[in-house]
Amino acid sequence: MRFTLNGKRARLDVHPMKRLLDVLREDCGFTGTKEGCGEGECGACTILIEGMPVNSCLVPAAHADGARVTTIEGLDGRHPLQRAFVDHGGAQCGICTPGMIMAAVALGRKPTLEQIRVGLAGNLCRCTGYSAIYRSIRRAR
Amino acid sequence: MPSRSVGRSVVRKEGRGKVTGAARYIDDLTFPGLIHARTIRSTIPAGEIVDVAFGFDTSGFTLVDYRDIPGRNIVALIDDDQPCLAERLVRHVAEPILLLAHADREALLAADVRIRYREAVPTYDATTSPIAFKTIAIDKGRIDQGFREADVIVEGEYRTGHQEQLYIEPNGVIAVPEHGGVTVYGSMQCPYYVHRALKVLLDLPDDKVRVVQTETGGGFGGKEEYPSMIAGHAALVAIKAQRPVKLVYDRVEDMLATTKRHPAVIRHRTGVKRDGTLTAIDIDAVIDGGAYATLSAVVLSRGVIHATGPYRCDHIRIRGRATMTNTPPNGAFRGFGAPQTQFAAEVHMDRIAEALGIDPVRIREINALRPGDRTATGQRLGRDCSALAVLRETVKRTDFKRKWRAYARLKASRCLKASRYKEGGSRGIGLSLFFHGAGFTGGGEVKLASKASLALTDRGARILVASTEIGQGTRTMHAQIVADTLGVPYDCVDVNAADTGQVPDSGPTVASRTCMVVGRILQRCAEDMRERLGRLTPREYLKRHGPLVITREYERPTDMAWDDNSYRGDAYGTYGWACDVAEIEVDRETWEVKPIAFTTVHEIGKAIHPVLALGQIEGGSAQGLGYALLEEVVMRDGRMANAQLTNYIIPTTLDTPPIDVVILENPYKHGPFGAKGVGEMPIDGPAPAAINALRNAGFDLREIPATPERVMVSEKQEPRHALHA
Ligand code: FES
Ligand code: FES
Repeated sequence: MRFTLNGKRARLDVHPMKRLLDVLREDCGFTGTKEGCGEGECGACTILIEGMPVNSCLVPAAHADGARVTTIEGLDGRHPLQRAFVDHGGAQCGICTPGMIMAAVALGRKPTLEQIRVGLAGNLCRCTGYSAIYRSIRRAR
Repeated sequence: MPSRSVGRSVVRKEGRGKVTGAARYIDDLTFPGLIHARTIRSTIPAGEIVDVAFGFDTSGFTLVDYRDIPGRNIVALIDDDQPCLAERLVRHVAEPILLLAHADREALLAADVRIRYREAVPTYDATTSPIAFKTIAIDKGRIDQGFREADVIVEGEYRTGHQEQLYIEPNGVIAVPEHGGVTVYGSMQCPYYVHRALKVLLDLPDDKVRVVQTETGGGFGGKEEYPSMIAGHAALVAIKAQRPVKLVYDRVEDMLATTKRHPAVIRHRTGVKRDGTLTAIDIDAVIDGGAYATLSAVVLSRGVIHATGPYRCDHIRIRGRATMTNTPPNGAFRGFGAPQTQFAAEVHMDRIAEALGIDPVRIREINALRPGDRTATGQRLGRDCSALAVLRETVKRTDFKRKWRAYARLKASRCLKASRYKEGGSRGIGLSLFFHGAGFTGGGEVKLASKASLALTDRGARILVASTEIGQGTRTMHAQIVADTLGVPYDCVDVNAADTGQVPDSGPTVASRTCMVVGRILQRCAEDMRERLGRLTPREYLKRHGPLVITREYERPTDMAWDDNSYRGDAYGTYGWACDVAEIEVDRETWEVKPIAFTTVHEIGKAIHPVLALGQIEGGSAQGLGYALLEEVVMRDGRMANAQLTNYIIPTTLDTPPIDVVILENPYKHGPFGAKGVGEMPIDGPAPAAINALRNAGFDLREIPATPERVMVSEKQEPRHALHA
């Protein structure tokens, strides 16, 4: 398969039905994307395909063929959300954080509280009770 | 000494790694030649293994059973009753029997192992189980006299279910055979628990076993004792195969096999005067330990000590029992027995108020513990007792009394015109007052004799402790304490990995002890280091005198005493105090309960790092609301029937109300900068607050979680348990 991963063109020889999550973690070495459930419930594996949030544990590799894929590593540590999650307590244990940040990126600029709540409804966090995540997103600049 | 970082929300040490994806969790690691392992588990709740057959070509596989264990076949903890791999007897579903390993995960998953059993009759009811892991009795005053003084006696039985910790990162380890021993990397709270368990299992000396914590994606108690089991498994395979072995559970296996919160059945019988003064508290608590003892004895201990709630009473009798059932062993979970017993105490307290016709605030004001009062174990409380302060602040902030009366009136009118209110929701508001002892119970800290070290570096100091960072902010908060005590900037203090090859045994990262107890030992290290430095900078000192490492051990405050035989004395160095108010709405079509607002006031001594402390309180409150309203472990024939995130529901953004938090500070004189523990307390209060809110809305519930099925049948049940003495 060929796709654009974090801004770079990539060519891989993988089984088309292999989970995209495993392709990213094992074949591409991008372990920032996490697995919390493997059944589409927790959102820890959230990445962006063509800018849309997707649970990479549910998506076969073939699905990303020819597409633009972004993982947490693709933000280069420079996205305002990343700093905000550190400063405002949005990341505790951090296992949900990459998925949470990718889902938040997909919300665009200046989402309302309601948009955040609905937009993150598929991303579970067991540590924060979500309040600090809302604060992080709203205060990111 | 000028305080520079304590009280400020400095940048957390490992924050950047977590937001960039650079932080390495166990499943992110690999080693050359690594193979994968899989656990073959029992499918019956009780019986004997008759035979094991392999339905696949075993060449290329590493197979491990109990005969491969070089040391003792136990998971060493308190009572050495739990085998690492079952030999003949099976005591619960999902009990580990065999380990398979292969380089190819597909081949591993396809391997078919058939086990035949001779089944026995399982025990599922903890209250009638004939086997008790532990019983505890607490007596204060004379219970008969207390009941004689009472005008009214109120009785009740309360039940709480299992709860799954549901850290988002499942349990996992990698074992690497090296230097004639083994090194285990893994997601865990207590590296030295694992270290000890491995020595016993593998019959290896101290220096042949090394345990290294990797970045850990949540614990909540679920990675307190269980990692000793999974580490043992991986180590056995690694030693046999002489290759690195990865054993990482998927979500289903983690939910089926690992520990959960103990279910409990708690009976209260309380004597009270007409004016609301408590005269006698009689409590019987049974917790379901599951198939092996694990930590049940100490969970029970904390449970019964907190069982009265934060109230004073001269005549108290508490009986506690942790019993055996043929279900997977229950274990540590944030709160450790106290959420169960304080749920019962606080729901019961609202029923007492109801029986007397006084409001929930008044009954608590009358009976709340004050400085100078004695607890159930006879501990005399000092000035750091804040029960009334948190109660008053919460009541004021939430306008509780007015709302409580308004909802109660609405409920009354609804009863009259029932049909008109069929549609739409019913609302209620409820309150809970609670406390939580910080550190190990009784003489626990003395027995642990925890150590912490501080090494002088060019720029400042390096912290060497076995306390783990599991999201709560250990590294950051410890560095703040050291920085300010030593008088160096926060950035000049770094933190060593929790690696038993490099750090001393600081005890487990549990029991809300990491800041208050280990933080205090570190503070003493820093005080000594500062003295040694004198006027020299760290760099000058190192040049002149060479390396400097200071190690200190836990010292019991001289004003603390505890007797384990009579269960009397100072159960904890200090307590945190808190009050929750929950406002809920019941959907009268679906009978779902939705929390719409939540307020909590926590008194925690000192917030070393306000953002981290707030995170503990918000996160624990949300987890407590899940416990109250959503999280139901369905046990069918001794097996968790809903071991999936699709049907074991934890709170999402949409289920979690706005959480309003106030932190009060009433310093503890032996805590670093006055700090008490904070990690667990937040989970004690939400369940009773939510259930009391349901009571306010007209639902008499005595059991959690408050599932729609339970809510539906709990309406309009009249309080019938108030007997006039
Ligand atoms: S791992 Fe993909 S949704 Fe949980
Ligand atoms: S920070 Fe731990 S699960 Fe979200």
